[in-house]
Amino acid sequence: MKLNALWEYANPKKFIDTTDRVLPWVAWAAAVTLVVGLVWGFFFTPDDYKQGSTVKIIYLHVPAALMAINAWLMMLVTSLVWIVRRHHVSALAARAAAPVGMVMTLIALATGALWGQPMWGTWWAWDPRLTSFLILFLFYLGYIALWEAIENDDTAADLTSILCLVGSVFALLSRYAVNFWNQGLHQGASLSLDKQENVHDVFWYPLLVAMAGFVLLFVALVLVRTRTEIRARRMRALEARERMRA
Amino acid sequence: MIALLTRDMRLAVRAGGGFGLGLAFFLIVVVLVPFGVGPQSALLSKIAPGILWLGALLACLLSLDRIFALDHEDGSLDLLATSPLPMEGIVSVKALAHWLTTGLPLVLAAPVLGVLLSLPVQGFGWLVVSLALGTPALSVIGTFGAALTVGLKRGGLLLSLLVLPLYVPTLIFGAEVARRGAEGMALGTPLALLAGITCGTIALLPFASAAVLRVNLR
Repeated sequence: MKLNALWEYANPKKFIDTTDRVLPWVAWAAAVTLVVGLVWGFFFTPDDYKQGSTVKIIYLHVPAALMAINAWLMMLVTSLVWIVRRHHVSALAARAAAPVGMVMTLIALATGALWGQPMWGTWWAWDPRLTSFLILFLFYLGYIALWEAIENDDTAADLTSILCLVGSVFALLSRYAVNFWNQGLHQGASLSLDKQENVHDVFWYPLLVAMAGFVLLFVALVLVRTRTEIRARRMRALEARERMRA
Repeated sequence: MIALLTRDMRLAVRAGGGFGLGLAFFLIVVVLVPFGVGPQSALLSKIAPGILWLGALLACLLSLDRIFALDHEDGSLDLLATSPLPMEGIVSVKALAHWLTTGLPLVLAAPVLGVLLSLPVQGFGWLVVSLALGTPALSVIGTFGAALTVGLKRGGLLLSLLVLPLYVPTLIFGAEVARRGAEGMALGTPLALLAGITCGTIALLPFASAAVLRVNLR
């Protein structure tokens, strides 16, 4: 493998060919890990002594929250690649990831509200974590709306990638601003690698599987959506050629 | 650049430029709030700093699409782009003109409207300081949003959707300064952070706005 091998996939043809082979594996792996992780988590773990069975929503909440942030990070990287090297597949991947990331954010917010109602006694609190997720959701919304609003594909890719860069800075800024603004109700990170007080192993292993499932699901969805975008664009090009000939 | 600044100011102040529109909007928002929440002055004085900040922010938002739209329509933006001025300079001057015609009047009007909301006496000074420090950031961020949506036909709504999330940190720290000032608490930290945001956006964001504008004029 040469060092620049990654850039070969910037060729849409090559990308489609490779994902043709990879996608079934990723999709099946996602399905299997999701089913195993969720079934294991929902039915084969004990109830928490304080929270009862509501604790099990963690198997949806934490992976979704993880992917909500990582989807934005992925968009940031692909936007940078688009700005620097102008590979169309990169811009299309960012476009493909945005709605998936937005849905993940929604899942995290909704499951959090469902869990918070019995536990905190409220659906919603202006807690820093909740608030920053709401702001992240707004960023996704603006990003997608900008993609949809601009007709020229290259212009849209340029503008949205710059918006993604600027938005990342402001999202980070907002994250710390809301920390300053209100003290939290949400528990601290329960999964950091360097801490003693993680969740118990009984919950930890199925959670790990569920997280792997969400990562694979995200990859599979982004690949499918990117392929769709590439093909849609190719179709538009063909149609335009037909019109020229007619 | 000075010529561009004076031109923009003159255009804004003359009829049809929308000067004073933001100010009127600010006044109306502030007047409507007591109808919404009730006339108790204890409650009003508690929420006054937040309402004033929010009103100023919305008034600022209202006038953002004017920054580039008119110049884009009549082609003078293309002329500016081909002029020897760097795009970053044009964008900065546009932001400055927007602040002078929208932000500064809001800062000056805020204490008067504070009276209407029975803002505590010690809060007036800090309200003006926080707005004077924060509204330039609003103008600069808004210029970025306006540059993003300059070519779009119905960009107004999209503009607010894009810009409002970017306004969050500025609003948080600005309103916090005003609130702490009104309650007589220590406010060094939010003040420093607000100043930091304003300086940072003024220093860095014009580059992003200029890049976006170049794409849109391509």
